[in-house]
Amino acid sequence: MQKSLHIDANKCTGCLQCEMACSYENHGVFNISKSRIKVFNFEHAGRKVPYTCTQCSEAWCMTACPVDAIRIDAGTGAKAVHEDICVGCKVCTIACPFGTVNYIAETGKVQKCDLCGGEPACADACPTGAITYVDADWTGLDKMRAWAGKTDTQPRATA
Amino acid sequence: MAWNRKLLRVDLSKGTCKAEPLNMEWAQEYLGQRGLATKYFVEEVDPKVDPLAPENKLIMTTGPLTGTVASTGGRYSVVTKGALTGAIACSNSGGYFGAELKFSGWDMIIFEGKSPKPVYLSIEDDKVELRDASHLWGKTVFQTEEIIKSSHQDPQIRVSSIGRSGENGVLFACVVNDLHRAAGRSGVGTVMGSKNLKAVAVRGKSGSGGALKDAKGFMAATKAAKKVLADNAVTGQGLPKYGTQVLMNVINEMGALPTRNHRDVQFEDARKISGEAMHEKRPTDGKTHLVTNAACFGCTIACGRISRIDETHFSVVNKPQYWGASGGLEYEAAWALGAANGVGDLEALQYVNVLCNEDGFDPITFGATIAAAMELYDLGILTKEQIGLEAPFGSAQALVELAQMTAQGIGFGKELGMGSARLCAKYGRPELSMGVKKQEFPAYDSRGIQGMGLGYATSNRGACHLRAYTVASEVLGIPVKTDPLVTEGKADLVKAFQDATSVFDSAGVCAFTTFAWSLADLQPQLDTACEGDWTMEKLALLGERIWNMERLFNNAAGFTAKDDDLPPRLKTEAAKTGPAKGLVNGIDKMRPEYYKARGWTPEGVPTKETLDRLGL
Ligand code: SF4
Ligand code: SF4
Repeated sequence: MQKSLHIDANKCTGCLQCEMACSYENHGVFNISKSRIKVFNFEHAGRKVPYTCTQCSEAWCMTACPVDAIRIDAGTGAKAVHEDICVGCKVCTIACPFGTVNYIAETGKVQKCDLCGGEPACADACPTGAITYVDADWTGLDKMRAWAGKTDTQPRATA
Repeated sequence: MAWNRKLLRVDLSKGTCKAEPLNMEWAQEYLGQRGLATKYFVEEVDPKVDPLAPENKLIMTTGPLTGTVASTGGRYSVVTKGALTGAIACSNSGGYFGAELKFSGWDMIIFEGKSPKPVYLSIEDDKVELRDASHLWGKTVFQTEEIIKSSHQDPQIRVSSIGRSGENGVLFACVVNDLHRAAGRSGVGTVMGSKNLKAVAVRGKSGSGGALKDAKGFMAATKAAKKVLADNAVTGQGLPKYGTQVLMNVINEMGALPTRNHRDVQFEDARKISGEAMHEKRPTDGKTHLVTNAACFGCTIACGRISRIDETHFSVVNKPQYWGASGGLEYEAAWALGAANGVGDLEALQYVNVLCNEDGFDPITFGATIAAAMELYDLGILTKEQIGLEAPFGSAQALVELAQMTAQGIGFGKELGMGSARLCAKYGRPELSMGVKKQEFPAYDSRGIQGMGLGYATSNRGACHLRAYTVASEVLGIPVKTDPLVTEGKADLVKAFQDATSVFDSAGVCAFTTFAWSLADLQPQLDTACEGDWTMEKLALLGERIWNMERLFNNAAGFTAKDDDLPPRLKTEAAKTGPAKGLVNGIDKMRPEYYKARGWTPEGVPTKETLDRLGL
């Protein structure tokens, strides 16, 4: 079964434990400026929204890479950057419509979410369940359940 | 990394910024944040200094767990001699600023002197500079943050600043970060304003965590501690759902909700301003007051409240800038702006709370000062002409207008800006100021919760709930239930809470973790992060050392046992209703017991043996 990250922004509190976990997992430091997941704060709406790579099936970044440095991980289906091949041309950062591939000046390479090899650190760190790692075919299950629950409580039109 | 081992010294008079190694010997004895910064402070500043003189210093400080994955590890503190109190001040704040400061590679910033013109400090990792702030002077906290972010073209900068009240000399001005988190009490923002320092803007890309003592152990210890918070009814359910406002109805039922300047101990409209009410749909627009809860950096509790004011409420009609979501209400503010004045209008309280954030003044002292003014008005000592409007208890209109006047520093707002102690003294009724060491009480009446009276009277920063939150024990049974109506055993209880809290404050975590964590939950996190051997014994002694160090400073500043006292109302006017009916606070009985438990003389001075034992 392929799994994918599922984000429910309504549950997010903006604690940034996910960003901390990501930077620690991938860089061995606590440094949110190196995180591959970002939580945006829409102050006046009172909303916090976590955002990261959705692992497109036909990944724009992968298609754009001239040296074939972004490849599908057979185990997870993640589009992973192979740092030893990446030449830091940044074409993928332009190709990605969502901005989730980013250049790291320090290494001269790009980075993006690779699902941590199947155990995403952000999902593990999130205290609220805003980020979960679920069956890729059923990311809509929670929403369906919620709406189904609402339908169920509607009074019938005719008695 | 537990410590960055580096502090920044900013001489505002000369306009210089200098890096210094952190004193790691002191770090072993005082840990960080409150403890370590106070150590620097007492070593460098004359206790008799005028808080608003250039010779006073102001320290912004992080703890060893700030900027780590430890739950609530985002706290920072502002340490100085308080403008309101003249006592040692340490005001703690959450949000994101503290972690960002740590990420920028510094542990603390010591500000000294006074800038000849308004400036702000800009920090981008090692790149540190004082910049002109004349365009920011006169601006609110909200405007300041927005202008700095856009002029630096970096939305990820974190800003801590003062509003107009800090510039205008309101004696209870705060330092506000991330729009609605504040180092709130004792007038630390007033001191910042007196130095012509408008703001600190930080961007940290260096990060922390390179050299934890035992990284694997730390990840395991912090994970286990997070589970303790999640499994606890208060930190796992009550606080995320209702915030600190979970307390409003509880404390009211206990007969410990100070009402109308402590004339009463129960508020008939408590329900209307409670956490529960914030979840109810308004008849006007069908929306709930509360929009969502929110966390500070790293916090897995998320007590924060984000609310939206009713657009049709009189306070915000034609003011669309207040219609969006904003921080509040938390319990202390809801009480001080509400019950303390007899105002039961939730929307009015939130509007005034937003003004407190926007212009940076402490809602607790402000609300309690309004309460004192309303009592003076009620007694005919202050008139409509003097105040500029009618100000009876319960008037939301008066609360709103007086808050606007205080924010802008106009009319009677200037007198309110002195705080209740100076206001009541000016009008010949000093006994009507409800506070200790010129700082107003928070939201617990010490006739119904006896231990809090002793905690208030002996708090080193003036009346405060965050130095010894015995409510945990006396009301919630944490760690053990004690009877709130008796004085027996409270001396030891208060001492234990004061010492333990000193450690939590010095670590860089939030005091609210202590609903679930004891020192035994904090210890493994510190021991795996910080180099050295951090045993329970070492931490317990460290807490006591910090408390006594603060006490010595206050004694040298001129405070005596006489200042460890409550206003006469709490000692002579019995509670009229509720479980504490007929009771006054037994402070005169508890004080000598407390001095003894502390190893102090009957005059409240630490004995030589005590100082030797603590290495002071
Ligand atoms: S860890 Fe979860 S709750 Fe915290 S910021 Fe990330 S997504 Fe939001
Ligand atoms: S418990 Fe509340 S105040 Fe403390 S860190 Fe968490 S959100 Fe901030």
